[in-house]
Amino acid sequence: MTDLEQVVRQEWGRLVALLLAQFRRLDLVEDALGDAVESASRRWPEDGVPDNPAAWLMTAARRRVLDRLRTEEVARRKLPVLLTDAEHHQEGARTMADAGSLVEDDVLRLVLMCAHPALAPESAGALSLRLVLGVPTADIARLFLVPEPTMAARITRAKKRIVGAGIPFAVPDSSVLPERLDIVAQTAYLAFTAGYSPGTGPDLLRAELSGEAIRLVRVVLGLRPEEPALVALLALMLLQHSRRDARVRDGRLVLLSDQDRTRWHHDEVAEATRLLAHPSLAGPLSPLAASYVLQGRIAAEHATAPTAADTRWDRIVEWYDLLLQVAPSPSARLARAVAVAEDRGAAAGLDALEGLEIPDSHRPVAVRAELLARTGDVDAARAAYDQAIAACRNDVEREFLVGRRADLP
Amino acid sequence: MKYLVLLIGDGELKAWPDHTEEEQQEVMRQFEAFDEACREREGVTILAGEALAGPSHATTVRTRGGRTSLTEGPYAEVIEAMGGFYLVEAPDLDVLVELLGILPAYDIQISPAVDPY
Repeated sequence: MTDLEQVVRQEWGRLVALLLAQFRRLDLVEDALGDAVESASRRWPEDGVPDNPAAWLMTAARRRVLDRLRTEEVARRKLPVLLTDAEHHQEGARTMADAGSLVEDDVLRLVLMCAHPALAPESAGALSLRLVLGVPTADIARLFLVPEPTMAARITRAKKRIVGAGIPFAVPDSSVLPERLDIVAQTAYLAFTAGYSPGTGPDLLRAELSGEAIRLVRVVLGLRPEEPALVALLALMLLQHSRRDARVRDGRLVLLSDQDRTRWHHDEVAEATRLLAHPSLAGPLSPLAASYVLQGRIAAEHATAPTAADTRWDRIVEWYDLLLQVAPSPSARLARAVAVAEDRGAAAGLDALEGLEIPDSHRPVAVRAELLARTGDVDAARAAYDQAIAACRNDVEREFLVGRRADLP
Repeated sequence: MKYLVLLIGDGELKAWPDHTEEEQQEVMRQFEAFDEACREREGVTILAGEALAGPSHATTVRTRGGRTSLTEGPYAEVIEAMGGFYLVEAPDLDVLVELLGILPAYDIQISPAVDPY
């Protein structure tokens, strides 16, 4: 990573936030910063890296915004004010390397603006990655499995909506803030899980891109270190992410029980375990925070079992029972049924599956097929596999199911 | 910016005629509280606002192939029943949404007016 890439990666959101605080022109700010980065990529290799690279980018971007404003009618009337403002903000830019409270507050405002409830969740996720972290649009498109022009248009629409609907660049009052941070957490988690959703094949790069969503949570957690939903979510993400290198072998998905546990990132597991013991999680929690904690505890049971055979399925079933009280969902019921089957046998698992349906998902019937096979009911298992194969839209998973069906006695 | 606030449905609330006398007065009080909160909030002004006659009194104008026709009722697919509207000047969406929380829990559509500048 070059010095410039490093600065962009670390300072992008802060620079966007500072420019927005000063100019309130979302439509100009990001382009100006993009231009500044582009100009740095030409000048720094020749002139050397400036002493304060972030301030250099800030100054260059600010000049570009002012140039653009000068060409606008508005600027002619407001320019004197903007210029004094710019002078005044120079101070802020100079001390940007050390985190002043003003700056942190600006980043929080940016995060909340990008994850505002009036934006569609998928737009909010994309916009947060773009504006807060400076993730290239091409990467965001890949993460969410859409063509790049589609993603570029989605991000542009979201930016226009922020301006057009009057979505504020502000930290709301403390009565609303926790609820708004919950939305930030949900947005980040949506972006994270996008990287693990099956595409046309197992795509390791998309799992890596999920790491950007983790970075987003780290940024926000840096600003609100005691926010339970964020603490618990970071733990959950780290646990899920720690298995990324073991999930795929020779282009095929590897089931959790068959994964090579030495390839899990145990430093991430350790960090997640510490987070789950964080004092902020000891008090009363919002349903969202509680559901992240419970999902984190389930993931920790897997992550800390030395071998698949050592997995404490009995405890996992208990966590799922609690999760279903806090945040009932069909997918949690399905996961609980799998845990019940591991803990008490396939017949008990089939009972737990009874009446469970997930619209447009082949998973419930795939699990049923697997459990029927374990009970020795081969004909019913074959019929269920046929149903699952017909409903499955993902090549890799379908191949897996066809293989399982062929293995039936 | 200016926002057109459309009160478009009763949501989970009872229809107006099903309210008791006391309940109707309570709703009136909520509207008064909203007016007052808007007056007190910096940067917020109610520029206009009216309760509207029911959908059976609405008229829709459509022009197709150069011919204009008038029909009874609103566009069903857009808004089933407009109960009333406000035109409000507010600094941003969050301030407006917070103030609208004072009103009864109607279904509400907020449309920003286009800023010509």
